[in-house]
Amino acid sequence: MKENIFDVAIIGGGVAGAAIARKLSSYDCTVSLLEKECDVSFGVSKANSGIIHGGFHHGPGYLKSRLEVQGNRMFDQLEEELHFPFKRCGIVVAAFSEEEMKTVQQLYRNGEANKIVGLELCNRARILELEPKLNRDVVGGLYAPAGGIIEPYRFVFSLVESAVKNGVQLRTEFEVVTAERTNGYYDIRSSTGDKILSKWVINAAGLFADRVSAVFKAEEFRIIPRKGEEFLLGRNCSSRPNHVIFPVPGAVSKGILVIPTVEGTTMIGPTAREQESKDDFSTTEENLNQVFSSARRLIPSLSQREIITSFAGLRPALKSGDFYIGISGKRPNFVQVAGIQSPGLTAVPAIAEYVKDLLKKDGLVLTEKIDYDPAIPDQPRIRYADNNEIDSLVKKNPAFGRVVCRCESVSEAEIVAAVRNGHTTLDGVKFYTRAQMGKCQGGFCTDRIVKIISRETGMDIVSITKRGRGTYLARNKIGDFEVKDENSIV
Amino acid sequence: MKTVSFDTLVIGGGASGMAAALAVAEEGWKVAIVEREESLGGILHQCIHNGFGLHYFKEELSGPEYAERFSEMVESSNISVYLNMTIMDIVKEGDGLTAFGLSMDPGMVRFKVRTVVFANGCRERNRGNIGIPGTRPSGVFTAGLAQRLVNLEGLVPGKECVIVGSGDIGLIMARRMSWIGAHVKAVVEIQPNPAGLTRNIVQCLNDFDIPLYLSHVVGNIKGKDRVEGVDVIPLENGIQQRDKMFSIDCDTLLLAVGLVPDNELARKIGVALNQETGGPVVDSTLMTGIEGVFACGNLLHVHDLVDFVTEESFRCGTFVSGFLKGKRPEKQYKTNPGKNVKYIVPNHYERIRENRFYMRTLIVKNNALLSVKVKGTEIYSKKLRHIQPSEMIQFSLTEEDFKLIKEEGPMEVSIE
Ligand SMILES: Cc1cc2nc3c(=O)[nH]c(=O)nc-3n(C[C@H](O)[C@H](O)[C@@H](O)COP(=O)(O)OP(=O)(O)OC[C@H]3O[C@@H](n4cnc5c(N)ncnc54)[C@H](O)[C@@H]3O)c2cc1C
Ligand SMILES: Cc1cc2nc3c(=O)[nH]c(=O)nc-3n(C[C@H](O)[C@H](O)[C@H](O)COP(=O)(O)OP(=O)(O)OC[C@H]3O[C@@H](n4cnc5c(N)ncnc54)[C@H](O)[C@@H]3O)c2cc1C
Repeated sequence: MKENIFDVAIIGGGVAGAAIARKLSSYDCTVSLLEKECDVSFGVSKANSGIIHGGFHHGPGYLKSRLEVQGNRMFDQLEEELHFPFKRCGIVVAAFSEEEMKTVQQLYRNGEANKIVGLELCNRARILELEPKLNRDVVGGLYAPAGGIIEPYRFVFSLVESAVKNGVQLRTEFEVVTAERTNGYYDIRSSTGDKILSKWVINAAGLFADRVSAVFKAEEFRIIPRKGEEFLLGRNCSSRPNHVIFPVPGAVSKGILVIPTVEGTTMIGPTAREQESKDDFSTTEENLNQVFSSARRLIPSLSQREIITSFAGLRPALKSGDFYIGISGKRPNFVQVAGIQSPGLTAVPAIAEYVKDLLKKDGLVLTEKIDYDPAIPDQPRIRYADNNEIDSLVKKNPAFGRVVCRCESVSEAEIVAAVRNGHTTLDGVKFYTRAQMGKCQGGFCTDRIVKIISRETGMDIVSITKRGRGTYLARNKIGDFEVKDENSIV
Repeated sequence: MKTVSFDTLVIGGGASGMAAALAVAEEGWKVAIVEREESLGGILHQCIHNGFGLHYFKEELSGPEYAERFSEMVESSNISVYLNMTIMDIVKEGDGLTAFGLSMDPGMVRFKVRTVVFANGCRERNRGNIGIPGTRPSGVFTAGLAQRLVNLEGLVPGKECVIVGSGDIGLIMARRMSWIGAHVKAVVEIQPNPAGLTRNIVQCLNDFDIPLYLSHVVGNIKGKDRVEGVDVIPLENGIQQRDKMFSIDCDTLLLAVGLVPDNELARKIGVALNQETGGPVVDSTLMTGIEGVFACGNLLHVHDLVDFVTEESFRCGTFVSGFLKGKRPEKQYKTNPGKNVKYIVPNHYERIRENRFYMRTLIVKNNALLSVKVKGTEIYSKKLRHIQPSEMIQFSLTEEDFKLIKEEGPMEVSIE
């Protein structure tokens, strides 16, 4: 039973929980990361815009803004240690009237107050020089060279891999449903009856942070899901910009953006609409049209013909509009990390520092681990290698020579690495490798991936799922039902 | 890195690649076929139903049988076959072309060649391409993927199934799913007419009492983990009638919504593409805009029948051989799609030999008239008993024909 007793239990394997887990893994304490889904990053952190924000949307009055600025600066080192796709491509805000230019000036002042370096107010000529594909009606704007883009799920996977490497215990399919405090420990139970004990608890449950808070009888608050629909255009999209393009922000959101994703596709979105449901991720045709007309105002050449897929994410927002990170006033040893809406992805490295400091201040003894290793191995990807490099990769491991996903050039070795890292669903493999993410959306490679997962794990093909639970691919084999044609028996 | 040299590299070992390679090799050239799968045949492997080879072999074969006949011919030729190898990249180098093929053994191989034939087929359009709104559950398959899961892996993709698209692939999958014990609840087709052969409507739908909803679209997908149902919306004059929308409960949605040439590799080397076909623009010898680079089969334009793929690809191989001998088209003219014509391939013709044209129409009609005009003068016409967009139309103009035709210039092909 000893391995079920921890100093800290983190509830939620999203980017926030993962970053905190990795931070704590550098200290001599025992940490458990609890996630209700069958893999990490299957919540809010899988469906967002992937932007490392530039630190100018809000002034330093907001906690989220201070953490965004700090977080942004930490990404270069993180990339070096964790090898997730990341690029500081810069952000451009495009204004289309003198009225909008006034808002741009306000953004510039926000940035100044946040001590952002390199921020530049641009006139029309400058903004068109930076981004020639912009609508010619642009009058000026803002340029933030420190803004960037990442692959969000791969970032989470890397954080968790690093945390686990340094001793964090990851428990997936562990949905926290009850918790009692006795003898200085929280007794935490999952929906399937599993149990762990922990001295400290961190609530990083994203959309469900309000429910988890209620389970622990801590503060009452309500997470209000705000849906964002995004549309992805294929590689070779001729309208792909050089920078992330923002319109001048409105009252509720940062508006519809055009994003040159780090992997070479182009994404437009997100919408912003509050809703009740926490599991409605549907997309609608009306919003597609709305998103396109907004995006075309920025880059007129964008075409719906190039869409390869669409998706929606829910921002876990609080009424205050800010993050809520703090030691609970109602329950001992309980830390709230809630309301982590945009710019959560950007801010998490700083959130992790912030939470570590809170824990320290509140009495958790944190001494640095002598054998802490911040680096994880860089998993080669044939997509990034030149022909000679690929040849030598194959000589070391022939599985690099078998192309499984042709749209995104993913080799069998990469799929196997994903599975061996614990990503045993189709979506897990997809987020780790990008296989099924390209033009054919899995039409060619799904059956190959399923076979590799089955071979590597010993799972029967019929038990392989898209993302756990009831998301099975094919639950039956020929012969399970009454076969109406004898030729059908394979 | 290993380097090898050939006169011709054929990319893809399906029906088109095999035929093209055979034609080039027959003339004595050194030919390689590179195929990513473990055997030759391409998409034919998964098509275990009959209906292949009626034109070419004058008998009814299954897909794998058709493939087998050709791979035997390839085996007894001196074509070098590289299986389990994927061509990753092609570049122009000096007078020739260099392609890079990746395999487990011997790794990356550099092909130095004089000519390349793109014969790498097509891919299926998917949910994203036709933009079906709704949730994102498991259980949405392209028909080709479902066909592989059933025919090659022995799996049943689902129990209660709706199929989008009434082309032959959709119809054949409706029958296949019924045979293995699934309940096919509907085939939904956006057009007012079924796209597939009448024979397939009868044998695949009517015999199983599967309803066909013409002028309907799937407007929404429901279900959180697995598909739970779809909303079907009727169209009237092309406009969605949302008030007449109805739901069908199902756990599986198969999308048979068309194929597009898999043109990424061709695009990489800078081949110009035809907006209508999605395949390369080619001259009268099926050569793309890049010297020595040819295209045929479903990579050039999507064919209905494998027999036509074979015919076109043999012809392509003959042109490649001609090119290797130094033959170049002397004078070619454009072929332009006119009224009611979606596309015509090839995009050029010559007057000095037989030219065969493949085309698709935009309309459904009985007793139509195909008319070819040069400079406003009709040089050829043909009566067509029945035409529809999903059925390829073909015609030939021979050297004899051209002897009688005075007008020289671009031709316009129209259908009334
Ligand atoms: C997987 C595969 C199998 C093949 N099988 C054979 C074979 O058996 N025999 C052979 O000779 N060759 C075969 N070929 C090769 C040949 O090129 C194809 O058979 C060709 O005919 C494609 O036909 P289709 O009916 O599938 O597509 P299409 O004819 O393009 O049918 C798609 C239909 O979907 C409709 N549609 C589009 N959007 C919507 C919407 N939103 N709602 C409703 N309907 C919509 C379209 O109008 C269209 O009618 C195959 C190729 C592949 C890739
Ligand atoms: C459309 C959209 C676009 C965005 N764009 C950006 C952007 O460009 N840049 C940026 O910086 N930010 C962006 N964000 C914000 C960013 O995605 C979030 O701030 C971040 O992902 C939140 O991470 P999280 O770890 O708090 O939540 P999550 O990723 O949701 O993690 C919480 C985890 O807790 C688990 N969980 C819940 N309840 C329980 C329980 N009872 N027991 C166990 N586990 C549980 C969940 O399954 C989930 O995995 C965007 C958000 C959206 C929706």
